[in-house]
Formats: sequence, C-alpha cells, structure tokens
Amino acid sequence: MLTAVAIAVDGLGFAAWLFLSSVGLTLIYGVMRILNIAHGGFYALGAYSAAWSVGLYVQTGSNVAFTYLLIPAAAIVVGVVAGLLIERGVLRFMYGRDEVLMVLVTYALFLILEDATKLIWGTESYVAFQPAYYLGTIDVFDIPYTVYKFLIIGVAVLCGLSLWLVLTHTRSGKLLLVVIEDREISSALGINVTLFFTVTFVIGATLGALGGAITAPEISVSPGIGAEVIVMAFAVIVIGGMGSVGGAMIGAVIVGLARAASVHIYPPAELFSIYLVMAAVLAVKPYGLFALAEGRKI
Amino acid sequence: MTRSLDRTEISLMAGLPVLIALGFVLPEWIVNYIQVSLGTGLVALGVMIQMRAGLVSFGQGLYFCIGGYAAGLAGKFAGISDIFLLLALGIVASVAVSFVLGFLLRRYREIFYAMLSLAVSMILFGLLSSIEELGSTDGFNLPAATYFGWAPQDETAKYALYIATCIPTILCAFLLNRYLRSPTGFIGEAIRENELRVEYLGTSAHRAVHIKYVLAATVSGIGGVLWALALGHVDPEMTNWTTSGQFVFIAILSGTGNIVAPLFGTFILEIVRVYAVEVSPNTWQMILGIVMLLTIIFLPKGLWSLIRKSTTVNTQRQKTSEVRPGGE
Repeated sequence: MLTAVAIAVDGLGFAAWLFLSSVGLTLIYGVMRILNIAHGGFYALGAYSAAWSVGLYVQTGSNVAFTYLLIPAAAIVVGVVAGLLIERGVLRFMYGRDEVLMVLVTYALFLILEDATKLIWGTESYVAFQPAYYLGTIDVFDIPYTVYKFLIIGVAVLCGLSLWLVLTHTRSGKLLLVVIEDREISSALGINVTLFFTVTFVIGATLGALGGAITAPEISVSPGIGAEVIVMAFAVIVIGGMGSVGGAMIGAVIVGLARAASVHIYPPAELFSIYLVMAAVLAVKPYGLFALAEGRKI
Repeated sequence: MTRSLDRTEISLMAGLPVLIALGFVLPEWIVNYIQVSLGTGLVALGVMIQMRAGLVSFGQGLYFCIGGYAAGLAGKFAGISDIFLLLALGIVASVAVSFVLGFLLRRYREIFYAMLSLAVSMILFGLLSSIEELGSTDGFNLPAATYFGWAPQDETAKYALYIATCIPTILCAFLLNRYLRSPTGFIGEAIRENELRVEYLGTSAHRAVHIKYVLAATVSGIGGVLWALALGHVDPEMTNWTTSGQFVFIAILSGTGNIVAPLFGTFILEIVRVYAVEVSPNTWQMILGIVMLLTIIFLPKGLWSLIRKSTTVNTQRQKTSEVRPGGE
C-alpha cells in the first residue's frame, strides 16, 4: 500500500516535470514540423537562470516567498530572448527544408546553446533549494513530501489546461490549428504564418525554460542537464504522438509512473524503463498514441 | 561476377601500404590519433551509408558500444585477448542485435528513425550505467591484444595493433564501397528519393533498409572493437546520444559523396578537437555547432563536394535537368 502511494505521488510529480519539459517540444513540432533538439538547451538556460537569480536574491536575506515570482520571470526572460534569437536569427531561413535536416540544424543549435550556458554561468553547479523547502512538507500516508512537488503538479496541470483552452476557444488558437492543418492555404487566406511561427517558437522555448526553472530548486543545476532531459522529452512526445499536447500529457503520466514504479520496485531499471515503455508503445502504435494517420505521397 | 575496380577501390588498396608506412614514419602522437580515428571513422561510415538512404541514425553509438563491450567482456570474463577472436565476437554481437532490432527500425523513416535509434541506444546506456560489476559509468579496462598466441611487447605491440587496425578498416571501407555500388546499395538512394516507387518497381524497401542497418551496425561494431583495443578501455559513454551525435556531425561535415570522406573527416575532427580543447575547453561544442550549421547551409553535400565539384557537378546537373520534368 505504502509503495503504491509512493509510486503514485512520485510518478505524478515526475510526470508534471516531464510534461512541462516536453510540451514546448510537441507544440513546436506540431506547428512548425521541427523536432527541436535545442529544446534541451532552453531547459538548461531556464534552470541556470532560475538557480542563479534565486541564489542572488536569497543572499540579500529577503523573504523567500518572492522567489515564486522570480522563477517564472527568469524563465520567461531567457525563453523569450533565446527563442527570438534562434527563430529570427537562424530557423526562419530554413523553413520548408527537410524535417531530418531541421533535426540536424537544431542539434547544431543545441551544441551552441550548451557552450553558451557554460560561458555565461561557468561549469560549477548551482544549488537553489530554498524555494523547495520554504513551503514545508506534507504527509501522504505517513510519507513526507515537499509542498513544492504538489505546486509543480499544479503548474503542469495549469499549463496543459490553458494551452488547451487557448487552442480550442480563442481566435488565435483556432487560427493556429488552421496553420497546423495546411500552412500554404492558410497563408493564402491571409493568415500571417510567419508571425504564428515566431510566436509558437518563442512560447515553446519559454515553456522549455520554465520546465528547467521550476525544477531548479529540486536539483543541483550542472552542465549536461539539457542533454539528459531532451532524450526523455523525446520519449514522452513520441509515446503520446508527436505534435499532440494531450498526447504529451498522457505520455508524461505513463512515463512518470513507469519510472516511479521502477525506482520503488527495481531501482537499476530506472534509467531505461522510459525507453522500454516507449518501445512497447511503438510496437503496438507505430506513431504514438494520438498521432494522426498521414497519407503516403507518391 | 567480379566487376572492375573503381577509382575509390584502387585508392583504398594503394592507400593501405601508405597508411601502414605512415605508422613508422610519423611521430607517435599523430599515429595514435590516426589509430583512434580509424575506429570511430568506421562508425561514421556506418552513419554515412544510412544517410545515403536519407536515414539519420542518432544512435549509432549503440553498435560502437556493443562492439567495444563484446571485446571488453570477452577479455574481462573469458580472458580472451586474441584480436581476431575479439573482432569476430564484436561482429557476431552487432549482427545479432541489429538483425533483431532491424525488424522494428525498418518500418520507420525520417525523424522517427532518428528518434528510435536514439532511444534503443539510450536503453543500453541506462543498462550499462546501472551494472556495478561492469564499473557503472566508469567502465573497465581491456587486456592488451594478442595475435594467434603471439603477445608482442612495448613498441612492437603498438605497431602490431596499428597495422591490425588499418587492415580491417580499409577492408570494411572497400567492401562497403562494393555494397554501395551493388543493386541493393543503389536501392538506398532510390528509397531516399521516393520509397513508394521503389516498391511499385517490385523491390522491398523494408528489406533493403534492414540490410543497410545490419551492415552499418557491423562496421560500427568493428570500429568499437578497434577503438576499445586502441584505448584499452570501454565505458557507457560510447552509447550516449551525444557520442552518436558526433558521428552524425562527422557524416554531415564530410558528406556522403565518397566512402573515404568520413575516415578523413574523423581524423581532421580528432586533430582539431585536441587543439580546440586546449585553447578554450568551454567553447569546443560551440565551434562544432557553428561549423555544422555553416556546412548545412553552404555545403549541403559536405566537404567532399569541394573536392569533387570540378569534375562531377556539371554532368550531374545535366542528368537532373533531364529527369526533372517527369518527377515530383
């Protein structure tokens, strides 16, 4: 019973983190057909900027509560700056090229971002644990959990819901769905496709940075976290079906529970349980759970 | 039926004695780099032949690692140090794994192929990192190579291993060149252009991709064995996706124009890396990334296209303009 509760809570916490780190990736793929490896770089940028700014702020001895605003603010600043730079500076010259080629381009961008992060924040690790402990702990069936963990779950649900609402209930969201459906026709109808691309990329980048920023208090932020997270995010969105926001949510829950289960039942399997789940899902549904069928071009 | 040798094959055959002779002439540190980059060059070659079919493998490190660990495990637990036996083991392991995984991967193209090959390589990474008997993330050491019971010492051992690295590498390149010129090899390029038409013409694209996948795995496995013997050490980092990314980088940089290109590309990268890491260790990846971007934008066919440009571009252009009206 205790194990089951632990798996459920840990799994959900992990799923929330996975969803926040991968929803930007699936959004960008859905709209732009770019599988953005540089997403790992946005995640790292967000984590570093949050850990660094929280560290600076806490040193002043002020009230820790303000850091809950500081963390998303840091993510938005780096996400918007890096997203705009990359989309306007590089990607816009490459639209319409082969999808595989775009993977290679974003891989190159990922390498550049990795070193840019090192140049800005150095190679030492940053620890900003204060926000995670400020809210104290809560007992679930006698197992203490930090309230911060539940806060992350809440943020993830909120992000997912608001994305879904924007996409289905607002004018710009519906226009975006049109752009996803057919880029050429929507531009012929007078929709500013370029603007949609830029905005989507910046939002996706910001979500990636937010995923990193919100996790920063729970981990030690050090070089290489971007490379770790991007492969997990791939697994999540492939399971859910690439380009589907709802799919990313389901994928995150499946992967989160699988990893939490292996942590509690058979720890050595932790690192590869994710990919086993992914392989199992793909063996049954070759293009993920929520992927739309595509016609073959002759 | 034996077909005539083409220019690449003649150069490879002529290059082998030159390469071996260089091992005795050049300073030791360069020879070391040549040896190491021949091992990794074979993996880049594996990536490159898949690229011919438009398939980008972001997990070629899997077979690099399987080759290395096959040799390492045989040395550690069975006390085998005979290089020919280790190579055979590496080949058997790579072929077995790639044959089975091939049934899954041959169904996928484009980014799915890239992502799935990445995922399976990360399964092995996770597995090896968590096995403490194998040194977890630190890996373990290999014994020195022997040759049919002959165990050379010091200087002789170095030259023997160098020669034993050159010969299989050149042989692999030679055979792969043969493969790319064969009907099965050419189907790869047809798949990249239009897979459905390939099937209408009566050939199985799945089978062709499967064959390609196994061949790429085999040379990568051989590369893994040679690399592991050259360094005397293996660790799970061999199958991490960042390692596989570097093989993709080499294949992009050198281009898919010729079988020799990735071998040269690896060596140049290896040398550049040594200096770049020394000059500014924190911007090495940034340099890689920028070079990769510039290559993709300005030299989509890789550095090799600079060499071949003068002779082939004109005839190729004529050919494509003849084909175009019926195509697309």
